Amino acid sequence: MSSVTRRKLRVATTSLAGCFGCHMSLLDIDERLFALLDRIEFDRSPLTDIKRCGACDIGIVEGGLCNAENVHVLREFRANCKILIAVGACAVNGGLPAQRNHLDLGQCLQEVYLTDPGVARGVIPNDPELPLPLDKVHPLHEVVKVDYFLPGCPPSGDAIWKFLTDLIDGRTPRVGANLLRYD
Amino acid sequence: MNPSLETAAHPQDLRRVVIEPLSRVEGHGKVTLLLDEAGHVEQARLHIVEFRAFEKFIQGRPYWEVPVMVQRLCGICPVSHHLAACKALDQVVGATLTPTAEKIRRLMHYGQILQSHALHFFHLSSPDLLFGFDSDAARRNIVGVAAEHPDVARQGVLLRRYGQEVIRHTAGKRIHGTGSVPGGVNKSLTVAERDELLVDAYQVIAWSRDAVRLVQRLFEQNLELYRTFASFPASTLSLVRADGALDLYHGGLRARDASGHTLFDHAGYDRYWELIAEDVKAWSYMKFPYFKTQGSETGWYRVGPLTRVTTCDFIPTPLADRERREFLAFDDGLAARSTLGFHWARMIEMLHAAEAIKDLLHDDDLLGQDLTATGGRREARGVGVLEAPRGTLIHHYRVDGDDQVVRANLIVSTTHNNQAMNVAIREVARKYLDGREITEGLLNHIEVAVRAFDPCLSCATHAVGQMPLSVQLVECDGTVVSALARG
Ligand code: SF4
Repeated sequence: MSSVTRRKLRVATTSLAGCFGCHMSLLDIDERLFALLDRIEFDRSPLTDIKRCGACDIGIVEGGLCNAENVHVLREFRANCKILIAVGACAVNGGLPAQRNHLDLGQCLQEVYLTDPGVARGVIPNDPELPLPLDKVHPLHEVVKVDYFLPGCPPSGDAIWKFLTDLIDGRTPRVGANLLRYD
Repeated sequence: MNPSLETAAHPQDLRRVVIEPLSRVEGHGKVTLLLDEAGHVEQARLHIVEFRAFEKFIQGRPYWEVPVMVQRLCGICPVSHHLAACKALDQVVGATLTPTAEKIRRLMHYGQILQSHALHFFHLSSPDLLFGFDSDAARRNIVGVAAEHPDVARQGVLLRRYGQEVIRHTAGKRIHGTGSVPGGVNKSLTVAERDELLVDAYQVIAWSRDAVRLVQRLFEQNLELYRTFASFPASTLSLVRADGALDLYHGGLRARDASGHTLFDHAGYDRYWELIAEDVKAWSYMKFPYFKTQGSETGWYRVGPLTRVTTCDFIPTPLADRERREFLAFDDGLAARSTLGFHWARMIEMLHAAEAIKDLLHDDDLLGQDLTATGGRREARGVGVLEAPRGTLIHHYRVDGDDQVVRANLIVSTTHNNQAMNVAIREVARKYLDGREITEGLLNHIEVAVRAFDPCLSCATHAVGQMPLSVQLVECDGTVVSALARG
């Protein structure tokens, strides 16, 4: 055994305007999770109760930007993570949520909360506790510098595993055409 | 103290405490509390803070794209949306499924119930239950469980893996597959795939039973706390099979009021809007459904594993049914009425899913080649309902003569539980936080109550909202990328 105790890399993850599928795909590494936990520790993540991102080696972001809160969290990640990775179609190019970009937000609001036939007493939610929606859904790189992009909806657990183990071992991540997909 | 805790009389004078983001739940939500000078809770709200617009942007798309689009509402239960959409569109194309198609879909669905319930219990909720609600926050996660209870963590990971593999073999990939289509499925199992799944089927049943027993032990060890924690009487809604059995894929609607009286039973879901309407509150993007006969104030209800296991007449697989009877009898029936009973019921359903998968794998229809039915009639409207891991899921589409979707309405599981979750956090706020100094451990009690429902807040945010504010998204060089101003 090597006498050098390697410091565990600190990893933060977050889901912005995504569906959690990319986080689920991370868990699709299955029991390799335990091997990963020998090399990393989690900071802010939906899997932990750490609510703010501290100084981290790697930040993994799923989902694009659909509201002011997403932008805030993304900046928090960029400021604290040495390497920031956009994981999945939503983070890379907006993904399916960006399908709403050709719609008029105001009209959607009216249809969903006021004139929908299933709604008895309509009101458009407007409480200060609710973050302001952006009129378009944006990919991450339009707002901060992104170091790596991993496409796929979601990228498979094997692709995420290859990517992370390369990075953790200090190699340039090479996922390879057989693992990459663009669905 | 304000008795309902929904809305404080003078919010501007109160101190705000926020739990944001809710962690170890799926999706984006937060809880706000307003406290007076003496620390009494005057208001407690669960807010769903994100918005999507799925129902709107699928309008104008061809109907056959819908099953693969809508599943992207949720990466934890994509199969639910995939299948609910297909069930609705089966009606639009006028198809009656072949036995192979129906059984492949069911297998996919049970795989999903298994993986989702395993994920929720082991990866997300077990740290609270194994370590204590106010235990060290740094350890209160799956990493902590892996360190202290390696067998439990490992079984959780492997149970989830098995469910994901069932999905992969039926849907083509683990997350956001394409296996189901309007009128049927596009693949069945090969003998090799079937045999591969059979290898672990019995082990998965055994582990699922261990998980049920684990929750039972936790109840025995913490009886006082678990019996009352965040508990309250509630009306219920679920699907049941024609003979009253638990059926997560198909059935009629059964509703009961808080004292257990039947409101409606075996009701056809194709006219659900005659039974259910939705209310909107300005402070959440998630709507508040209610039974029309009871009205918006008192007509709210609870869905999900606890409702299903306690209101079905029986579970049609033997091991899960035995566990159901044990659960109903435990502590004179109090566990079956407690909010933490959700975990117990969820593990019973996981066991049921494991048994149902094993049974299906012994059915040669899974290997059949008759995958799709060609419909005769064309209907303009289709409604698909099933029991997703988190509760009753309703998909409703109208399709025009050019095959385009012209209207869509989705009422997702977590939305049905909106008011129930708000009542649960108010119970906890009243009992554990009122008048005390607020600590991280006490705040986690609120999250423990929310987690019991296993909310899927991504699913619940498919609608859009508006704020009386303005924001600009500016690129490094000062170009405005996006701007919005309202009110
Ligand atoms: S890329 Fe796909 S899987 Fe990932 S968050 Fe977006 S919709 Fe979900």
